[in-house]
Amino acid sequence: MAGDAVSDGRLDVALRVADRVAAAFTATPGEVLAVIGPNGAGKSSLVRALAGLVPAEGHARLDGTDLLQVPARDRSVGLVFQGQFLFPHLTALANVAFGPRARGTHRKEAAEDARAWLERFGIGELADRRPRQLSGGQAQRVAIARALATRPRLLLLDEPFTGLDVKVAMALRIELGRHLASYDGVTLLVTHDAIDALTIADRVLVLDEGRVAQLGTPAEVSQRPRTEHVARLVGLNVVRDAAQLMAFTPDAVVVTLQEPVGSPRLRWHGRVADVSPHGDAVRVLVHAEPDLIADVTPAAATELSLLPGREVWLSVKATAVRTYAPEAP
Amino acid sequence: MRDPLGRPPVALMVPAVLATLLLVVPLVAMVAATNWAALPDQLRSEPLREALWLSLTTSTAATFICLVLGLPLAWLLARVEFRGRGGLRALVTVPLVLPPVVAGIALRTAFGRTGVIGEPLLALTGFAFPFTTAGVVLAHVFVSLPFVVIAMEGALRSADREYDAAAATLGATRWTTFRRVSVPLALPGILAGLVLGWARSLGEFGATITFNGNYPGVTQTMPNLIYVTRQSDQDAALALSLVMLLVSIAVLLALRDRWLGTP
Repeated sequence: MAGDAVSDGRLDVALRVADRVAAAFTATPGEVLAVIGPNGAGKSSLVRALAGLVPAEGHARLDGTDLLQVPARDRSVGLVFQGQFLFPHLTALANVAFGPRARGTHRKEAAEDARAWLERFGIGELADRRPRQLSGGQAQRVAIARALATRPRLLLLDEPFTGLDVKVAMALRIELGRHLASYDGVTLLVTHDAIDALTIADRVLVLDEGRVAQLGTPAEVSQRPRTEHVARLVGLNVVRDAAQLMAFTPDAVVVTLQEPVGSPRLRWHGRVADVSPHGDAVRVLVHAEPDLIADVTPAAATELSLLPGREVWLSVKATAVRTYAPEAP
Repeated sequence: MRDPLGRPPVALMVPAVLATLLLVVPLVAMVAATNWAALPDQLRSEPLREALWLSLTTSTAATFICLVLGLPLAWLLARVEFRGRGGLRALVTVPLVLPPVVAGIALRTAFGRTGVIGEPLLALTGFAFPFTTAGVVLAHVFVSLPFVVIAMEGALRSADREYDAAAATLGATRWTTFRRVSVPLALPGILAGLVLGWARSLGEFGATITFNGNYPGVTQTMPNLIYVTRQSDQDAALALSLVMLLVSIAVLLALRDRWLGTP
């Protein structure tokens, strides 16, 4: 490594996986970076490239070492797989002890270490169970403990809450947030859920079609989303207007059957595509140019007969719209 | 019990019954024709004990060699991508369809006293495979290995490669992953492959007799003994066959859970 090599735990990535993803970003130790984006945006490819499971070009320097030049097993990277992939023939304890054992820790010491990790995740009493005897939430805790037990400097979590019951996911989210707060390495959390990005992450990296579409704090990304996908994730409407982006919340949208008066820039005509309860309100998805969401009262929804297929007009007051430039992140 | 979809059609039932009879009648006939009074004496005969012992030991030795050599080959075929993998797999399966007599001739050509490997081996060590117990094991390995490799490869393939990936991210070398993840996950299939290979060795006749002749105590396995006994003593051949039938049924029972699981 040249003189600019630093061993401060920073992650400095500029990598490309052919036909999948090309991304450049940096992250500091202790930081949790959420990676969000639609299916096929390249989230999993990015994570698997960093873990060494798919070949990539470029560099990914961690503590001054280029991960891409090192085989997967020597990377000091912990990966929590989508679908966990706990070893089904090993107990929870042996699963967690697997990493330390593979790296040469003595059997007894590795077992004690693994037990401590299970205790930390509140599942010490499940040490002797096989993965098939664990619930989804328990198995996910074992999977995270297994990844952390190798003391990685980079932790990769690929959709850790997918497939879990909503309540279980929420409990695990809070717990994971606590563990990550005391973890001093870099964490990349791949998720499709805005809640993860907004609650656990220090910064959010938005991938779209294999490129970094936006990189910023959760507040920045949620208030000024640059892609429709993120807007939808955080429950905002985003409309491209000439060289500007306009964002507004669904409750600011007025739904009428007649064409409303006012600026033509701020009214749209379309058909109702979906109607679903959203808290105390009713959320209406309208196929317009582009698709927009509106929150109305149940009374209004009934009065306007808002059913799929109904033609409606949507409008929003200029004061409810935030306008910003779509400059590169 | 009445099937709501209707009676099975006659066009299917008749061949199905015929097939069953074809498979079962010869075995029943053999059991029925056995001279039970003479059986105890025949089972105590020295040639039978020698041949049975030889069959069991050589088959077990061959199975062990199939494990040591076959499992790595199965792993290579299942886990490593390289040019010519399909070709190699096809090559490995050739002995599967080769007539055993031809296998014996092929072994002669390679390991016979004037064979490509046999001649230098003889010159170097003074040892030659043909007409030895080691030659019997060699013939068994040659005919059983394809069964074992194909069964093991299937077993290794059925374990998701993500487990290997997980082991790698946890710092395991491929050797560690093989020992601690791939093999344990594929264990039932690996064992089934070995039992299959063992059964194949036990019944081996053509390659063994072509390559090794038929010397009592050295190369005369059970199938060889049955064949030569039949020419002089029908009853004794039946008794020997009954022993083999029992061993075969025992193997089947051992495999029952894996392949004949009742739905």
